[in-house]
Parts: sequence; structure tokens; C-alpha cells
Amino acid sequence: MKSTITIKSERCKGCGICVAFCPKKVLGLSELGKVQVENGESCIACAQCELRCPDYAIFVDKKEGA
Amino acid sequence: MEMAERSYEKFFRQHRLPHMWCPGCGNGIAMKAIVMAIEKHPELTADNTVIVSGIGCSSRASGYMDFDTLHTAHGRALPFATGIKMARPDLHVIVITGDGDCTAIGGNHFIHSCRRNIDLTAILFNNSIYGMTGGQTSPMTPMGKKATTTPYGSVARPLDPSALAKAAGATYVARSTAYHVHHLAKMIEQGLNNKGFSFIEAIVQCPTAYGRKNKMGTPADMLAWMRDNAVMKEAWDKLPEEKKQGEKFPIGVFLDSRYVDYATAYNDVIRAAGGEVK
Amino acid sequence: MKEARLMQGNEACAEGAIAAGVNFFAGYPITPSTEIAESMAKLLPKNGGKFIQMEDEIAAMGAILGASLAGSKVMDATSGPGFSLKQELIGYAACAEIPCVVVNVQRVGPSTGQPTAPSQGDVMQVRWGTHGDHPMIALSPWSVRETFDATIMAVNYAERFRTPVILLMDEIVGHLREKVVLPEDNEIVVYPRRKPKKTRAEGYQPFAPDEDLVPNTANFGDGYHIHVTGLIHDETGFPVGSPKVTEESIRRLHEKISRVGEEIIHTYEYFMEDAEYAVVSFGGTARTAYEAVRAARAEGKKVGLLRLMTVWPFADKAIARLAAKVKGIIVAELNYGQIIGEVERAAQGKCQVLLCAKYNMQTFEPPEIRAAIEKMINGGKKS
Repeated sequence: MKSTITIKSERCKGCGICVAFCPKKVLGLSELGKVQVENGESCIACAQCELRCPDYAIFVDKKEGA
Repeated sequence: MEMAERSYEKFFRQHRLPHMWCPGCGNGIAMKAIVMAIEKHPELTADNTVIVSGIGCSSRASGYMDFDTLHTAHGRALPFATGIKMARPDLHVIVITGDGDCTAIGGNHFIHSCRRNIDLTAILFNNSIYGMTGGQTSPMTPMGKKATTTPYGSVARPLDPSALAKAAGATYVARSTAYHVHHLAKMIEQGLNNKGFSFIEAIVQCPTAYGRKNKMGTPADMLAWMRDNAVMKEAWDKLPEEKKQGEKFPIGVFLDSRYVDYATAYNDVIRAAGGEVK
Repeated sequence: MKEARLMQGNEACAEGAIAAGVNFFAGYPITPSTEIAESMAKLLPKNGGKFIQMEDEIAAMGAILGASLAGSKVMDATSGPGFSLKQELIGYAACAEIPCVVVNVQRVGPSTGQPTAPSQGDVMQVRWGTHGDHPMIALSPWSVRETFDATIMAVNYAERFRTPVILLMDEIVGHLREKVVLPEDNEIVVYPRRKPKKTRAEGYQPFAPDEDLVPNTANFGDGYHIHVTGLIHDETGFPVGSPKVTEESIRRLHEKISRVGEEIIHTYEYFMEDAEYAVVSFGGTARTAYEAVRAARAEGKKVGLLRLMTVWPFADKAIARLAAKVKGIIVAELNYGQIIGEVERAAQGKCQVLLCAKYNMQTFEPPEIRAAIEKMINGGKKS
């Protein structure tokens, strides 16, 4: 995994923007309609999800040395 | 590994989040672009910057931002901001407004803020609709689009506030979208450079009141529409006229000029009257 | 002592504003108030302040409220049509507790009406013009010198109570020229801008009421990061949808002013010692009423004058005392009959109340008010 993905669930409204713009299909929505990591290994740390999250609920940090 | 807290978060009133905007609303993205732009200006601090807004979805932004903030009456953000700037020219004043707030009820204030070149940076969150009241047409609703008060589609041409701002005397005019977050932040950052009236239109998606009514899909679909139809100004200028049709629109800096701002110009009045310029 | 000057009422208003520490004025031209803006445009830049002519009446209100929040003492002046436009933001100032003075030099309405003939037709609009429940302070001077003093008082009340205060002038006083001697600077008492008594670290809340129920709201730029809104808010300044907070908030807005009672209700009595009848009047009309009463006294008629300098809050107690004392009250006002409703309410049927109204562009002549006095006295004899 190249990244650490942090989700602030209390902020997430489940709009799906992050899911849609993830080029590697890393993210999905849970039963409760909140973002969750479904395929973390594929994350390339592009942070497109973080960039357009209207609720500041998802953050991506590149792993050191990754 | 603990996530490093994003530095722009210090400009949010954490206890007020999550904000009240609908899932997928672009206002949150535009608000983040503003604090990202403020971060690029170390001279703007939480103590010397005032955020002023009108009424509408956009204008709720002020309550989430950890500065002195003023949520005024509908359309009146610019007059309040003008008073603040005249009283305290040392304060940085940022105005957050919407398409209805700025171009309908506040239209005259907008024209005259441009004309005076009062040193404010105004960011218009354009969601093409009155969202707070449930989806009525605004002066910026595109032709043919539906709203609860244009159930058969809008038949009036939308207003272009950038063209209006240029004509009325604003000295910095730019546009970007919620899709182009870094670009939007850059447009605002450059607006903050200008000591004069700066106007930035931020096109944002309203999935609830506008997108749904006009079958524009998910919030992500609406962002993708911005991606697919926005053309950088430099490329836009080279396009033949027939290619400028349809839904395509330019983004970028439309005007970046210099002219004395109103509060500075007023110092001449003070000197002529024999007063003391502070 | 200062030199005597020939001064117009509107000019005295501007001089009073400067004396009270007003350092920001935003306006929009409208007769018969324009000389106030013109005087402020001259005086402010000389005296460390700023003047701005805005694009419309609403914008002028917005600008003074912004400047007030940024620490300035502020004023705006207008007449009826402009005053109608300002109602939106007068309500904002009441709700958000922003000190400001709005001068209304009344002219004949409704609408554009009769520019710019004298009238007192805005006296109820001053009280109830904006929507929702809110208190109102309105002062109505009757002379040029009193305009100077009342303007200072208006600014002081606005600052002390953090509320909009209306200086309710009329064309008669606004355009009146009189010889005046203004007080020395050291005779003028100025109420300073209220300051926070706590730091943010100590838990400062910008809309927490002080002992006098008025909040010590910080100015913008003082490092408190306050939020100001026209939505009903709690002491933090942020909106809340709570019935309890809403009720408390609206009650406090009223009580911060009503608790001081008669202190701000200025009424003046003339020839009242043994009066059996009284004229109640205010503003420019009170000048004519005074002359009518003086002439009636010269003929041995036991009639006096009660002049309302504070029009709002209404002088309920003064009117109640008067009604208990006299046989009849004549209300002389330059409109179709507005303040008479308040007088009747406060008199509670204790005496007769007769309207002496005029609304034909012209000021009262003393004989007209004397005729009303005669009518009241004769009517009283018959009964």
C-alpha cells in the first residue's frame, strides 16, 4: 500500500464524489452510505478523492519511501 | 501512521463542522479553495481577515470559517463589506456570495463595488439556482434549464457577472470550477494579490435543487460536466467562434489590471479637507 | 463660551454627530435630509472620519452597519422613501445588535408623496417599519440646538444599548435656521464603544449579555473571531433553531431598553402648573403648539403643552399622569392621526382625547391649534 487513507466518518455524507473520481477503484460506500476503503492496495496516492471531497472527510498521505 | 492534519483546517471552526450543505454540494469545495488561497498569503491572518457573506446556501460559508465573520442580509454583503473596509482599511475583507445574492437582489451593489474598485475579494459560488429556497431560477440559470419557477425551462438569457464586473470597473476578474480545485484556489489567491475589487466566479454543483431537476446525474457527474466543458482561457481565445457554442465556457483570469482602490483614493479627500491620513 | 452661529437643523445634526464621535457616514441624497450628508461629507474627512455616498438607501445602511462592526460610530440620514428602503437593515441592526443612528427628516407621503413638504407621517413606521418584534428608540427634536443635543443622545443610546436609534426629524426643524450656541467640547458626554470584558481564553461570548442585558460585542479586527448574523442566535453569535433561545433573545432585545424605563423617555412640560387641558405634540409641530398654548394662556385659558422629545419608547407614564390631571388632551400632529392612538391607549379613557391633524403640505398655524383647544374646552363645558 502506497498510502495511508484517513476517513473522518462523522463528516462524510456519502455523496460518492471520491468513489467516482478514484482512478483505481479503491473506494466504495458502506451499507450506511459512508465512504470506506475497499481496495487499499491499489491506491496510488493521487489524492483526487481528498481534493474534491466537499466535506473534508477523506485524506490521503503518501507512505514514506513508498 | 497518524494523518498529518491539513494546515488549512486551522481556518475552519471545527466545532461547526460538518457543514449544513447537502451531500455532494460544491460549496464545500469552493470554501476549501478559499482557505487554500488564504494560506498562500501569510499576511492574511485569522485576526486581520473578515469574511462577509449574504444570504443563500453559499453565504452559510462564513459561519464555518474561523475569522471575524459576518452573515449579512440577502444581497447586502458588498455594502457591509464596503463599510468594514472603509472603517478599517488594514483589514482584509473577503466576500462570499451566490448567483442570486450577487446578481439579482445584490446586483446594484455588485456594479458599484466594481466601480469604486473597493479593495475586496468577492467569490461568487455559482450553482445556477436558488438552492436555499428549494430550486427557483436565478439570473444565472442557463437557458432552457428547469427550476421550480421555470418548470418549462428558462427563457431568459443568463447574466455573465465576469463581463459585468469588467465593464463596471473591477480590476481582477476570474472564473473557475469546483472540479478544478487547485485552479480555483489559484484564481482566488491571485485575486487576493490585487489591491482593488477582485471578482472570482466559482462554478459549483447543486445536485439537490438544480442537478436533479435537470437530470444532470450524480454530484460526480456534475463535476465531470465541468471538467468536460470548461476551457482554459488561453485555449478558449484561440477557438473559432463556432467552437464556443453549446455548453463550453472559459475559465481562467479574464482581467488583471491595476487601479487605485477606493479607500486609498479617499485619502486624497482627507488631505484636501485638511484631515490626517491614518 | 462658543460663538453664536446661524445654523440649520440639518447642519446641527451633522455637528452633533461629529461631537458624539461619529466617524463614518454613508448616505444617499434625498430631500429634505440631504444637507446632513453634505455637511458630513465636508466635516468627516477633516475630523478623522470618512464619508461615502452609496448606490442606494439600502447600501448606505449596509455600509454603516459594516463600519460599526469594524469599530466606527456611524450615522445615515434619509427621508421617507429612503427610510422605507432602510427598514430591512434597521431590523438587521436590531437583531444583530449593531449600534447605529438613522436620521429620518420626514416629508409628506405615502410613496414619493409631496417632496419635500413637511410631515410627521413616519412616526408609526419608525416604530413598526421593519418586520418582527424589536424595540425602538426614536428622538424628535424641536429646535436647531436640540437637534444638536438629540443627535449626541441618539449616538450615545445606540452605543449604550447596541441598537439602532432613529433621530426623527421633520422638514420644519431640518430646514429651520436659528441662532445657536453650541456647548464646549468638555460639556459633551460621549458614551464609548463597549468593550469585551473577557478574553477568548476566558470563555468570551460576543453576545452574552452584561448586567444591563447589553452584550459587549467585540469589534472586527480585535482578534475575537466573532460571528455576526441576522438569524436568531445564542450568546455565541451562531444561529440556533431553539424555541427557548428565540424567546429569550427577543425578550432580551426588548428588556435591555425597557428596563431603564423613564430614563430615556424625555418629555417636557410648558404652562402645565394648573392646566386643565393639554396639547401633546412633538418635533416641529410642538413649536406651533407652544405658540398656540402661550396665546391661549394670555387669554386666561388653563392650557399647557406636553412635548414628547422621545417618541419611542412611548411616554406611557407621562401620558397616564397627564390624563389623570387634565380634562382633555389635544394631540397635534402633522399627519392623518398616528401618535393619537398611543395617547388614547396610554390615557386609558381617563380624559377626552382630541385629534388636531394636518396633512396638506403646510405646517400648522397657531390659530389652528388654538381652535382645537377652544373646541376641546367648549366641548368639555357642554358635557
